[in-house]
Amino acid sequence: MRRGSIRLVQTLVLVAVVVLLAAVGHRLGLGRARALRRRGEKVHSLPGYYGFYVALWCAVPALLVLALWVALEGPLVQAVVVSSLPAEMQQLPADRLALLVNDVKNLAAGNVSSQAVDPTLSAAADHYRNLRRIGFASSAVAALALAVGGLLLAWRRVRPELPAIRKVESTVKVFLLAGSLVAIFTTVGIVLSLLFEALRFFQRVPLTEFLFGLRWSPQTALRADQVGSSGSFGAVPLFTGTLLISAIAMAVAVPVGLFSAIYMSEYATPRWRNLLKPLLEILAGIPTVVYGFFAALTVAPVLRGWGEAVGLDVASESALAAGAVMGIMIIPFVSSISDDVISAVPKGLREASYGLGATQSETIRRVVLPAALPGIVGGILLAVSRAIGETMIVVMAAGLAANLTANPLEAVTTVTVQIVTLLVGDQEFDSAKTLSAFALGLALFVITLVFNVVALQVVRRYREQYE
Amino acid sequence: MTIHPRLEETAVRARLARRYRRERRFRWYCRAAVAVALLSLVVLFGDILRKGWGAFFAAEVRIEVHFDPAVIDPAGSRDPAVLSRADYAALWRQPLLARFPGAADDRATRRELLSLVSDGATYELRNKVLDDPSLIGSTRPVWVSADDEVNLLLKGQVDRDAAGGGQRLSDRQVAWIDELRAGGDLKMGLNVPFFVNGDSREPELAGILGAAIGSFYTMVITLVLCFPLGVATAVYLEEFAPQNRWTDLIEVNINNLAAVPSIVFGLLGLAVFLNFFGLPRSAPLVGGLVLSLMTLPTIIISGRVAIKTVPSSIREAAYGLGATPLQVIQHHVLPLAMPGILTGTIIGMARALGETAPLLMIGMVAFIVDVPKGPLDAATALPVQVYLWADSPERAFVEKTSGAIIVLLGFLILMNGVAVWLRRRSERHA
Repeated sequence: MRRGSIRLVQTLVLVAVVVLLAAVGHRLGLGRARALRRRGEKVHSLPGYYGFYVALWCAVPALLVLALWVALEGPLVQAVVVSSLPAEMQQLPADRLALLVNDVKNLAAGNVSSQAVDPTLSAAADHYRNLRRIGFASSAVAALALAVGGLLLAWRRVRPELPAIRKVESTVKVFLLAGSLVAIFTTVGIVLSLLFEALRFFQRVPLTEFLFGLRWSPQTALRADQVGSSGSFGAVPLFTGTLLISAIAMAVAVPVGLFSAIYMSEYATPRWRNLLKPLLEILAGIPTVVYGFFAALTVAPVLRGWGEAVGLDVASESALAAGAVMGIMIIPFVSSISDDVISAVPKGLREASYGLGATQSETIRRVVLPAALPGIVGGILLAVSRAIGETMIVVMAAGLAANLTANPLEAVTTVTVQIVTLLVGDQEFDSAKTLSAFALGLALFVITLVFNVVALQVVRRYREQYE
Repeated sequence: MTIHPRLEETAVRARLARRYRRERRFRWYCRAAVAVALLSLVVLFGDILRKGWGAFFAAEVRIEVHFDPAVIDPAGSRDPAVLSRADYAALWRQPLLARFPGAADDRATRRELLSLVSDGATYELRNKVLDDPSLIGSTRPVWVSADDEVNLLLKGQVDRDAAGGGQRLSDRQVAWIDELRAGGDLKMGLNVPFFVNGDSREPELAGILGAAIGSFYTMVITLVLCFPLGVATAVYLEEFAPQNRWTDLIEVNINNLAAVPSIVFGLLGLAVFLNFFGLPRSAPLVGGLVLSLMTLPTIIISGRVAIKTVPSSIREAAYGLGATPLQVIQHHVLPLAMPGILTGTIIGMARALGETAPLLMIGMVAFIVDVPKGPLDAATALPVQVYLWADSPERAFVEKTSGAIIVLLGFLILMNGVAVWLRRRSERHA
């Protein structure tokens, strides 16, 4: 088992012990409250709440201390180890020092490299390992002491006049609030991790080159004296490739989805509608890796065959195949929202139109669709953001080489494909090549975020209009 | 029927006919759109089924195996360590060579004959002996796996006539296969290795169990993390949260998170869980963490809808009897909202089960032969296995890939079926 896993298992065992103690505390609190009751005292809350009161006092402080240690351990121990290194090592520039610290960590974890080990480094590694062991042991002792102490303290506080239910409820409310903050933390985590790594990338490659450069070939030199492959990070071909494939997808999904939505909401009988809607939504539930397989192994060869039949040269990883299959996947995103929006158009508008002698299709085209347009546009924007962020279909069916072209029969690559190819497999974590994936991720996040915010705003405003 | 006199004017009638034609055309566009969507669904499923059905079956060869004690366990100790080291390849090679005496002459021919049977046959015999040491000394017919080239030929995926020229099977091999079939010693059976093995470089030995178990651990972690968190968030936002800027921020956040591309969650997992916290790479634990962050918004949104539909009269009745806010939620609101919350959870889990891209980012794409034994072992997941096999150059893996897709879709249909059933049931009770 890897060393990281051992530490993880140790921590989990510790958590389990604390939880077990809390369970014991629950029984003790419960027992004491019941005893008070039997003695005829008028106890404020139901006995179970005294049990929870003791359990919370036992578990919460102990787990907080553990969490704090897990969060702070790394940087703290690192700082101590660095300060114990020889002075000339501490004078090194920041990036060299980071490499050194990494070596120490690897040594401590037992991933010994084949080169002869510098004695100062191995001493530092021992120091690091010891510190971590001592730190973990002391945090474990502190957590267990807190758990037992909290248990005893709370148990002694169990008295008839203690309003246990109120204390428990306010604590649970804090938990609920904390739970709902996870969503915020996730967003903050995404933004910070993407920004942090992307900034490191932009220290090496200027932002203007990334945004406006026309050549993308992320191979960087492995050694300083290597010639030829300096790596260029102009992301324009990736953006145009993404745009091309998304445009093809929307060209399939918008007409099919919109007309299906019109059929379901205006023409189909309720029974048909109830059958069709879930059938179409199956398309959105199929894993994208299945679409990718379908695009690469079925659609692409067929398109290539058709192309040969009429004398066109279709690449085997053509944008057309990936885009068309992606369009099929997106049909339900367009059709579901459009269907909801069209059904929400007030009946009065339709009836006024019929009353003036319009046919059904004229009513739909001249009255219903214009009234529903904002909602439909919102739905389409959501679908576009889905198409831009879609990964597996393009990874499996689109090309790898960055090609600046608008020809749908050629192979293009996309932002998501490049993220996957840059990060799958062996990677050294400080190269511009790896970091560029995070810059691409940041661009992807920002673009889809803009689409989502605008789309949600449009849809929401439209709903309010007719409610 | 009387017609209004003005309608008899030809210009009006012509225009009306044109408008009706246009109406009919419009209807046909709509029908065509629905037909295109349904047709793609049918073609997709049909294509996968057609390609993948064969993966559940495999060719087997019957060989009269003499479990020779001199080969397996010369000392007669029956020690499992000795039994597992023996040379089981000889046990099936000799009877096969004996069956076609003409082939035993030169090395090349022998190799061609032996390559009809999968290398996995050796392990199959070994496992048989380890399970039941009393076999040693007996002679009995045993069905062992055939090579994947034999599979391709029997399933008609290789053209027989072209088999000799440039194909991987020689004319002699085709002749042997025909002879074995005529004698009833070669048949198609249920492809057991596909269900009980981990990944392998040999198509006939590669199975989905490793990936399925990896998916299982990942899903357990996801469920354990995101169900309590999702319910807590939904309860807080619906029942306790004051209407202010902070609550708005949380809401907007959740709605946006639901639409963030899944690969971005993978980048988050790589940067935070692997590089910052140093959790093990390729582990279902990290996969579960990442997928739970991705699934959380789905559960929260459906949970809020479910809680909102609980009639307020129930809350007020409980308050009137002196219940505290938490008691109202715990005893009345949550039980009534539970079918809706569960439906949302299952749908979210189904999406997580089919998700591939974030798992690629955290390294769950390695080639892993062993079936993982816990959420900390290196593992893949079902959709990742599909991706890995789809990338493989061996032709027999196309069928494997489709077979794995069928299994994956089977699980998804099952989960969605349960969700639909739950929703129907709760609608009937409401």
